[in-house]
Amino acid sequence: MNRIHVLSPGLLTTVQDLGRFGWAHHGVSASGAADVVALRVGNLLVGNAENAPGLEMTLAGAELEFEGPAVIAVTGSDFGAAVPIWTAVEVAGGTRLSFGRTRAGARAYVALRGGLKARKIMGSASMHVATGVGGRPLRAGDLLEIGKEAVRKPRPGPWRPPEADGPIRVTTGPQADRFGDELYAAAYTVTEESNRMGLRLRGPAIPSPPGGMLTEGTALGAIQVPPNGQPIILFVEHQTTGGYPKPANVISADFTRLGQLRPREEVRFELITIERALQLLREQERWIYALMR
Amino acid sequence: MDEDSGTEAQTAPAPRIRPASDRSLLVSFGDEIGVENHVRVKRLTEALAGVRGVLNLHPAFASVLIDFDPRFRTHEEIEALVRRRLAGVDLEAGNPVESARTIEIPVQYGGESGPDLEDVARHAGMAAERVVKIFSAADYLVYFVGFATCFPYLEGLAPELAMPRLATPRKHVPAGSVAIGGAQAGIYPLASPGGWRLIGRTALPLFDPAGEPPPLLRMGDRVRFPPA
Repeated sequence: MNRIHVLSPGLLTTVQDLGRFGWAHHGVSASGAADVVALRVGNLLVGNAENAPGLEMTLAGAELEFEGPAVIAVTGSDFGAAVPIWTAVEVAGGTRLSFGRTRAGARAYVALRGGLKARKIMGSASMHVATGVGGRPLRAGDLLEIGKEAVRKPRPGPWRPPEADGPIRVTTGPQADRFGDELYAAAYTVTEESNRMGLRLRGPAIPSPPGGMLTEGTALGAIQVPPNGQPIILFVEHQTTGGYPKPANVISADFTRLGQLRPREEVRFELITIERALQLLREQERWIYALMR
Repeated sequence: MDEDSGTEAQTAPAPRIRPASDRSLLVSFGDEIGVENHVRVKRLTEALAGVRGVLNLHPAFASVLIDFDPRFRTHEEIEALVRRRLAGVDLEAGNPVESARTIEIPVQYGGESGPDLEDVARHAGMAAERVVKIFSAADYLVYFVGFATCFPYLEGLAPELAMPRLATPRKHVPAGSVAIGGAQAGIYPLASPGGWRLIGRTALPLFDPAGEPPPLLRMGDRVRFPPA
């Protein structure tokens, strides 16, 4: 048995895979890695299936001690641990790995060759932090077990995604025709109240459209506008239904960027077509899967 | 055949189908809350269960949101699939509500379990015992399950028991709390913040991670709340 001792858990460290699908009609959203590209690439680098459970750390990372030798890949943002990131590295038994405060975005990931051994609830090892479905965040003293589920050889890195800046791209939401273009006219600040359920933004208020609407299903990345006019981006632990109108929805290819947004960061939005959104997704997928060639 | 041939059969209104995102499609049957739309939503949700590439279905009062994997499915394919499946099921036939299973949820009313029962009674201008009697005599229908972890949207609250939500939501509502929010009845499956009026609590787990399946209540179930 090859184990990892959690010496300190950091601010919020959870086990995540790519999510728990097929339960939205029971009010359970998918959860899963907030920066889905970072976890997938980490897994592919160490030779796992891309859905293998790994660790997600938030803003300030954990201190981990490896009992035996392991092959890991740290991806996402640089939290100052003494290993190169976006590449597979070997760590010797007895190694202590300390992650500090983020030097860039909100989240760092540790993928482990063989995957983390974690109990699956409703088909997924992902912790849904807000409800406790799938477990709880790590605590000091926790012991994690590394599994044996690797599927191919580790790939040398580094495999770092192209730097993404500029506005977050969106397509029209279900109530877009009831809004003007206020969402696109100003920068919005990510507030401290943001979490895996939603990114709460602050900026010029967006007027609520007149007339109510029925509660309806909500998609990942939906931008909803409550009566106070301050938009909320529904994130990986989002509610499955909601009654606020939605002018826009973040594109799939930019979900990875949402996972790296920190409090006090500014975002702008750009409206594009679904065709363009799908083209950007195809480009991202080609880049990820080039790792497996 | 002449369209005005005088058949009794009702035809469903054509659903409105539109993208909600680059990976989802929203099918809506209008903006009425009622059993007719509930039945349409339930039948469409069932007709789409298990479709490859469909990741999640979000039924609501009068709509179904379909999440799919955009790497394997397009909006056009999913829309065509919805239209085919809708053509294959008679949305209006029969009344599945009549054949639904009934789940009894025993409730400890009032006291620490239902700290707002007295307020609800005062608001309704009746004794607490009468509130419990009316509430537990009614038959509720699960329109859909959504919001957060198995929260059932229930039809059937007696209008005289309706009461606005708390101005300031509680930070902690215990799991199993049975509550009134506006004109709706509901249950908190898990401990969470919440602004509904708590009239009682059930010890019956509404969400059991080890259960098969973990959620107790499903869309279309009938529910009763007898006193424990």
